[in-house]
Amino acid sequence: MRECLLLTAAWFVVVGSAAASEATEAAVMIQAASPSNGTDELYGEKKPTIIDVYGFIDTRFGVRTGNAVIGDKDISLGEIRLQLETKQYVSRFTFNFAADFLFDPVADRYAVDLASGGSAIDPRLINVEFSPANFIDMKVGRQILTWGTGDFIFINDLFAKDWDSYFLGRDVEYLKAPVDAAKASFFFDTLNIDVVYTPKFGADRFVDGRRVSFFDRATNAFRGRDDPLLFDRPNDWFEDDEVAARAYRSIGAFETALYYYNGFWKSPAGQDALGGRATFPKLSVYGASLRGPLAGGIVWAEAGYYDSASDAALDPHIRNSELRFLAGFEKEIATELTASIQYNLERKLDYDDYLNALPSGAIQDAQNKHLVTLRLTKLALRQNLELSTFNFYSPSDKDGYVRFNASYKISDELRIEAGGNVFYGAENQTFFSQFRNNNNIYVAIRRSL
Amino acid sequence: MKYYFLIAFVLLSFPISTAHAQAPSAMDIVVKAVEAMNYAGGDVKARIDMRIIDSHGRERIRQMTMLRRNETSGYGPQKYYVLFSRPSDVKEMVFMAWKNTDRADDRWLYLPALDLVKRIAASDERTSFVGSHFFYEDVSGRNIDEDHHEFIEETDEYYVIKSTPKTPGDVEFTNYTSWVDKTTYLPIRIEYTGQRGEVYRTFSVQTVEVIQNHPTIIDVQMEDTAMGGKTVLHYSAVKYSIGIKENVFSERFLRRPPREYLR
Repeated sequence: MRECLLLTAAWFVVVGSAAASEATEAAVMIQAASPSNGTDELYGEKKPTIIDVYGFIDTRFGVRTGNAVIGDKDISLGEIRLQLETKQYVSRFTFNFAADFLFDPVADRYAVDLASGGSAIDPRLINVEFSPANFIDMKVGRQILTWGTGDFIFINDLFAKDWDSYFLGRDVEYLKAPVDAAKASFFFDTLNIDVVYTPKFGADRFVDGRRVSFFDRATNAFRGRDDPLLFDRPNDWFEDDEVAARAYRSIGAFETALYYYNGFWKSPAGQDALGGRATFPKLSVYGASLRGPLAGGIVWAEAGYYDSASDAALDPHIRNSELRFLAGFEKEIATELTASIQYNLERKLDYDDYLNALPSGAIQDAQNKHLVTLRLTKLALRQNLELSTFNFYSPSDKDGYVRFNASYKISDELRIEAGGNVFYGAENQTFFSQFRNNNNIYVAIRRSL
Repeated sequence: MKYYFLIAFVLLSFPISTAHAQAPSAMDIVVKAVEAMNYAGGDVKARIDMRIIDSHGRERIRQMTMLRRNETSGYGPQKYYVLFSRPSDVKEMVFMAWKNTDRADDRWLYLPALDLVKRIAASDERTSFVGSHFFYEDVSGRNIDEDHHEFIEETDEYYVIKSTPKTPGDVEFTNYTSWVDKTTYLPIRIEYTGQRGEVYRTFSVQTVEVIQNHPTIIDVQMEDTAMGGKTVLHYSAVKYSIGIKENVFSERFLRRPPREYLR
């Protein structure tokens, strides 16, 4: 309960200071040089130009409704997060900065760790944008990157995700972890091309047991806070690098794209045969997507060929090559009620080899993993209330995961939220079911600055 | 006797013929009104301050900069780009719409925190735009072929037009009446009539200014007694014919707002 007390104390400090939001804003506003541009004119009321710093204070508290694996805390989430963001224009350059300052007595870990986040300071944006020619845009530095068509299903988007945040009930923006990369975009009449180079492999902020417990097939046991996964992450600059590329264009009302990725599995997908440490095998992905209007809604489809490390087929310690496919449809089915449905396939490509290589007694996966998702989002009370639910269900694994959330904007500055994450399934080893012990409900309050 | 007929004919036909000369058909007025309100200048940039006031008087603010470009001269397809600046939880968010006259509009939303370009379905045009009392359709203009337009009367200042939907099941009103200014052709007041014959929704213009020879709505509000409350819009920094390129309305500029036009 130490977390509760700490959070309550911190909350009063935060609310006390944030209540005088003007004072908070004034503290971070700095007079800039040119008063003529960007005057903040609201009904003739003029303020001098300021360096505009904005962000929020987000306080979240969640409890575990599942069983705690040895060492796990009953409190799944307890944190106060301050995010500050600013955009600065200097000549033809745009500089973006955003950082999170996190007080998290549940993690109780404050050393800055740029790769895994969850520490006291988590810079999310430190980048510069510029256009060296009128058909080229560059963005260099720490950034958030997203492409592809799936709704919470990513085939060709191999930019780092933060699964801990997603499963624990942080705001959905934290599903995307920042990436240290250079992005070059080329725009032509018939085709646009993005190339993203990440000089040092940026893994997902994956489930390793410290915050979210999981089932370890190798040891046939759940692993949690006191027994987290040990892993070797490819870590050499310019050697363990990643390249992601996309070529896209519109054809009529449809958007089409081709994708390429060369790097590593983003979450552990292998094991060191000797030391037993989790590894990130090599991975290349070739994919395509399509998205456009259909029958009053939006339809999308995406496919990807996951070409795993060269010896994956015969090595039981390396995840197989896969074919992935996704199709989805979204439509507003009643006033301010939107439904979306997706089907996802993950098919092992060298299944016979996989079976032959599997040690006797090891858990055997089916060749095809099917997944269906359903999202419902309802807006009400002048769009100030949002009710949403997202359900993943795998008919082949017979497991699933429901996310639900209600959020209400009390004012433009203040939002309250409640939600939960519920994993279900009968077996220990299937993907969603292994997280059953982490079922949680949470509440949050966010004040915009 | 012939003269009587002639005089009677002249007397009878005179007001009719002048009415023909002065008052164009209902459809002509509607086209001119839509063009005056939503098509002036080929392209335009404007800053919009929106105050959403609920039935208890509580106020929410939305602040945005809009770019609009006509794809043809006069009534036809258009492209809209809206960059939000307030409140801070929607800052840097972009809404983009391609208004089509032959099929449903194409719409996108860019969420900067996720770097996500989301395509959104345009199934219901009569859904609130960003929680305001204005619908998507009020922002970009209702497709004129969706209604029958009927000339009601001509006053000293206005042409009065009654419009009735061709497919009544698609909309919540039974008809609406527009007061179109005879000199500027801007609709100054629009009253929406509900199922019980009551006026429940009123669009009214408070201020018009002439900017670069285009009469321009500066202050306008939408009041809705069914929902309660109203939304007040104030346009500022309006600039026409700034030469916005077509490619501004693309994924490239969703991810990177085109500062050269937005400043």
